[in-house]
Amino acid sequence: MATKAASPNVANVTAGHRTSSRTIALMIIGLALILVAPFLIYPVFVMKVLCFALFAAAFNLLLGYVGLLSFGHAAFFGGAAYITAHAIKQWGYPPELAILLGTGFAAVMGVVFGYVAIKRQGIYFAMITMALAQMFYFFCLQAPFTGGEDGIQGVPRGKLFGFIDLSNSLNMYYFVAAVFIIGFLFIWRVVHSPFGSILKAIRENEQRAVSLGYRVNRYKLGAFVISAALAGLAGSVKAIVFQLASLTDVGFQMSGEVVLMTLLGGIGTLMGPVVGAVLVVSLENYLATSSLPVPVVIGSIFVICVLLFRRGIVGEFNAWMDRKRG
Amino acid sequence: MTEPLLQVKGLQAWYGESHVLHGVDLQVHRGETVTLLGRNGAGKTTTLKSIMGVLRKRQGEIRLNGKDLMGLPLHQIAYAGLGFVPEERGIFSGLSVHENLMLPPKVADGGFTLDEIYHLFPNLAERRNSQGTKLSGGEQQMLAIARILRTGANILLLDEPTEGLAPVIVQRIGDVIRALKAKGMTILLVEQNFRFARKVADRFYVMEDGHMIDTFTADELEGRMDSLNETLGL
Repeated sequence: MATKAASPNVANVTAGHRTSSRTIALMIIGLALILVAPFLIYPVFVMKVLCFALFAAAFNLLLGYVGLLSFGHAAFFGGAAYITAHAIKQWGYPPELAILLGTGFAAVMGVVFGYVAIKRQGIYFAMITMALAQMFYFFCLQAPFTGGEDGIQGVPRGKLFGFIDLSNSLNMYYFVAAVFIIGFLFIWRVVHSPFGSILKAIRENEQRAVSLGYRVNRYKLGAFVISAALAGLAGSVKAIVFQLASLTDVGFQMSGEVVLMTLLGGIGTLMGPVVGAVLVVSLENYLATSSLPVPVVIGSIFVICVLLFRRGIVGEFNAWMDRKRG
Repeated sequence: MTEPLLQVKGLQAWYGESHVLHGVDLQVHRGETVTLLGRNGAGKTTTLKSIMGVLRKRQGEIRLNGKDLMGLPLHQIAYAGLGFVPEERGIFSGLSVHENLMLPPKVADGGFTLDEIYHLFPNLAERRNSQGTKLSGGEQQMLAIARILRTGANILLLDEPTEGLAPVIVQRIGDVIRALKAKGMTILLVEQNFRFARKVADRFYVMEDGHMIDTFTADELEGRMDSLNETLGL
């Protein structure tokens, strides 16, 4: 039988918040890169990467940790972008308040979409989210405040908290970096919380989680709303960076792009969506100035990745490291 | 006799169109360990799944502490106090031992603390940071039982806990069940391993083709050995 000495001190058990040293090292490297990036690379490009990285990380919270594939996340990203842009341009809101409004709008949309969609699973869930997003796209196309095909252009960046001038590109950059880091750390915290454990349990075997006593739909809805709100946060910031909210942000292609980023980087890994976003945005930027057709190249990379590296870049890297460690 | 903790009357169940339970009656009293015996396909696991509500297509009466469970959704049945450990163990392989133990909600007072769990299952204490995928079959079984003990469930439904395990592990599982009995836990066990079951059970039910064909206490076991030999092919 076990002796008292063999019995662990519960207070010291921190497995629930287990973080591999590899993840911490990657996060530190990432943080250093984010801080120095605007001095090495065109800041607007890095800001675009950070916005999409946050968007993909938010999407991955749902796909990677709950197993729900949403094909309608552009509605949250683009919807929040429209609200933020409108609030700044028409109502004269300061950027921080406009971002909060956009994020809150995305969260409310998340409640509505999520409440309807989580009643179904698998392909039906994906189709419901896609249909709802397409309905929202049509609304954005028709609604007078969105500017139709033109979108909302020339959104002033304004002054953050009334004194940080975001028209200065370095100020804007470090604000976007701060939003990204806070958003990313929030996702990290959610994933490593008891709530995150329940989400992973639901992903692995939903009925088993129910038979333990969990009302899984509540947890799924919670994850959906968090994911939608964070996608909205990314969209809101993106609208200020580019001073533009347009139909591209709410379109089906945007929903597909975030799936692509997450799959390329690695589903269910924290860093995967970030790596995927860096890769896709970089390719789009690079290929935009070449004669190569962007969708064909990215599509080919996607097919190759799915066929050969189904775990995505970070997923394969993690698996390789695990094999190396034996 | 006091009212049974678990009372099942006329339980019928179907897998699709296939009628597999034909009016099963059973009772489990507080503090008892009751074993369902029967050959493969007799309906033992189906009985457990029907009681738990994992199998939804069912009819009859299921009462726990007098409360009717029949119309309740699965999560409410768990909250009523039924703890189910399925044959496939049902641990979450993507989570560590510790995370698996922290996962279950508290359905009632009296659930085991982590200290108590690690005292009862020292193997789990040693492997608390290991992923579920890296546990042996015996460790997975212990974790599955330990996880249910955390909830404070009134009664444990254990489906073939010794299935596919080495004799030394089977013995360890037996020790655990005896320790739980000593603590006053109520257990409904499905078991094909008769040698194991006879050492832990207070009372037996024998099933055949979805019917309950016999019931007897541990004291009456010797007198039933001939008919058991015939029914179970011992």
